Amino acid sequence: MNQVFEGLRGLLGRAAEILLLILILVTLWQVVHELAGAIAMTAPLDTFRYTARLVLSADFWPHVQVTGIAFFLALLIASAAGVVIGATLGLHRLSGEVGEPILVALYSIPKVTLYPIILMFFGLGLRAEVAFGALHGIVPIIILTMNAVRSIKPVYIRTASVLRLSSWQLLRSILVRAALPEIFTGLRVGFSVTLVGTLISEMFGSKRGLGFLLMRSLGVHDMDLIMAITLLLVMFAAISNSILMSIENRLYRRV
Amino acid sequence: MRKATWIRAIVLVAAIAALEIFCRVGIIPRITMIPPSTMVTSLFDLVRSGAITSDTLQTLTSVAIALGSAIAAGFVAGALLHALPRARRIVDPLLATYYSIPVFVFYPLFIAIFGLNAIPKTVIGFMYAVVAMVINTLNGLDRVPPVLWKTARVHHMGRVSTLADMVFPYAAAYLFTGVKLAVAYSFIGVIGSEFILSSGGIGYRISFAYYNFQNDVMYALILLVLTIVVTINMTLYYWERILMARRGER
Amino acid sequence: MSRSLVVAKGVTRIFEASGTGLDDVHALGPLDLELVEGEFFAVVGPSGCGKSTLLEVIGGLQEATAGEVRFDGTIVQGQVPEGVGIVFQEDASFPWLTVRNNIAFGLRHNRTPPAEIRRRVDDALVQTGLRSFADAYPAQLSGGMRQRVCIARTLVLQPHLILLDEPFGALDQQTRLLMGDEVLKLWRATGATIMLITHALDEAAMLSDRVGVMSARPGRFLEIITTGWPRNRDSQIVSAPEFGKITSRLWSLLREESIRAIGDRS
Repeated sequence: MNQVFEGLRGLLGRAAEILLLILILVTLWQVVHELAGAIAMTAPLDTFRYTARLVLSADFWPHVQVTGIAFFLALLIASAAGVVIGATLGLHRLSGEVGEPILVALYSIPKVTLYPIILMFFGLGLRAEVAFGALHGIVPIIILTMNAVRSIKPVYIRTASVLRLSSWQLLRSILVRAALPEIFTGLRVGFSVTLVGTLISEMFGSKRGLGFLLMRSLGVHDMDLIMAITLLLVMFAAISNSILMSIENRLYRRV
Repeated sequence: MRKATWIRAIVLVAAIAALEIFCRVGIIPRITMIPPSTMVTSLFDLVRSGAITSDTLQTLTSVAIALGSAIAAGFVAGALLHALPRARRIVDPLLATYYSIPVFVFYPLFIAIFGLNAIPKTVIGFMYAVVAMVINTLNGLDRVPPVLWKTARVHHMGRVSTLADMVFPYAAAYLFTGVKLAVAYSFIGVIGSEFILSSGGIGYRISFAYYNFQNDVMYALILLVLTIVVTINMTLYYWERILMARRGER
Repeated sequence: MSRSLVVAKGVTRIFEASGTGLDDVHALGPLDLELVEGEFFAVVGPSGCGKSTLLEVIGGLQEATAGEVRFDGTIVQGQVPEGVGIVFQEDASFPWLTVRNNIAFGLRHNRTPPAEIRRRVDDALVQTGLRSFADAYPAQLSGGMRQRVCIARTLVLQPHLILLDEPFGALDQQTRLLMGDEVLKLWRATGATIMLITHALDEAAMLSDRVGVMSARPGRFLEIITTGWPRNRDSQIVSAPEFGKITSRLWSLLREESIRAIGDRS
């Protein structure tokens, strides 16, 4: 019974701290609003009310769907290709050594500068957005998968030889489980980064989607809409990341 | 030279050569991409003519301001949080989820508030870079092993001396990681913002060239950005590896 | 009754340099070894002499550059033969499986019927003293217990030959002595042939029927000493006078080699 109380207290304590953080941020927001006026930044409460109305309105959701589809496809491609390439580079020592600095370089450049090249090849539209989003996401997934595979303890492979496992059994029963936590980290980072890529591509030249909506509301100086969409996207990113993090922590606890 | 370095050099040269051939032969149409050699000559012409000097300076200035303030603010914030564990625990979820948030979504908001000038993109660059500095400062300070603190007391080192002569040199390698990331992120933030919507800067010039079908200019500028950023980042990356190796870590 | 289970003739292992300007490393041999069925054979030697290499060549994890190894009459080449079990120095337990599932792992992969798996795993749990930890995860166990999990995982496959590569190297002295007693019990219960690599002379002298002393690199057998202990021995034989004689013989052989090995590396 004591353990239950301890557990609850721990959980409540943590939740209380997060609540406190949110409260501080919202208070700061309110203060900025007071100082700068409604033209600069709408007050928190007004934004929440507007966001609720927005979410209930009919013409909001088509944009969400467009962004959602592009994001989902980009993430799918980035994950599948990223894990396969990363695993290959991790298993084949030399390729990994050759490729790593190239990947690191790719990760640190402003990938927006490559967007025009993608547009040249794909033209404006869904395909360019998916390609751009996938380009963003694939890099950390490759890097982290490669690391995950590299850091599998060699003794596991020798054990598999002793137990006379086939290559397929080795892969399925040992390698995947051993590398899983770090691969999942790669996927989590890939998730966030793909989202950025998808949104940027929509902000640049798109005719629909949340990124486009954001730019259009900027054009007509619709502060309410700008803040509402910003708020929604920030919340989506933060919440999805937290969920992925808690799954990730559980995976790591096993290893 | 190591085997991997050789192979990498060959791969890169081969890739560029292939690109050159495909473009010249027409497998990649001229309206899609110009040959790499033309990109280089076009860039030389642009630089010589002085047409992009002011934009380049504008971008670099914004990056410098964003970077400088991010390093300073990030370091101070990291040091403060390290000294105040309570505050750190409260802020911790923010730090953990920060880089999952698409910082660029704040860009339209900042334009609405500050206007279409250099301020919004500099703020975005700052926002991107600062948290990397905070996290790595915390990491560096965390890693100072208790035995070093004890050694400082045995030698009767005062607070300032301990921080300056022992903590800082020890944590410096990790702080450097923060600086390396801050540099990369400042560039991403500033140039990305310029590209999306801006009144000046290299990123703006690239999108302008795109909209006006000026492929020569566009590709030349892309090459310029890539060259600058890759050179700076790779220098810092290898410098970091040397620092870490001296530390006895990978 | 005394047939040779393992026959190694002229076994040599040379590691080729991969073009980095260094010479080939002649790690082992040529050496000969015969293991009698059911015996407990220990190998000692200075660091870097090739003990682990010898074990891996016999076990089929590495191929000899020259010479041959026969296990139960058949040549060992390129893969671990059926009937051979190996326990490594590093912890090879899988952290994502419970103790029970760890032990059952090998059996699940060679399609043993579930009822049989259950039976053998339960037996192994009792034999290695892990019964009350069957549903725990390795992360919750001490180093010594994790090694027991690895030993149990090997035992359930009922190997004829068990190779132990410094399995207690990472453990403290007291735990080592206790584990030694346990290994002896398992040896008697299973009737398997055991080859133990160790750097601890007292461990070798106490546990084995014969001790092979290896020279510095390239490793060859300087001498093989017969200890002559009765089969039902345990760690209490350390007080027997013969024990002191055996360990001092081992050390006098090894002392020169160890100095040579350290000098070789500088």
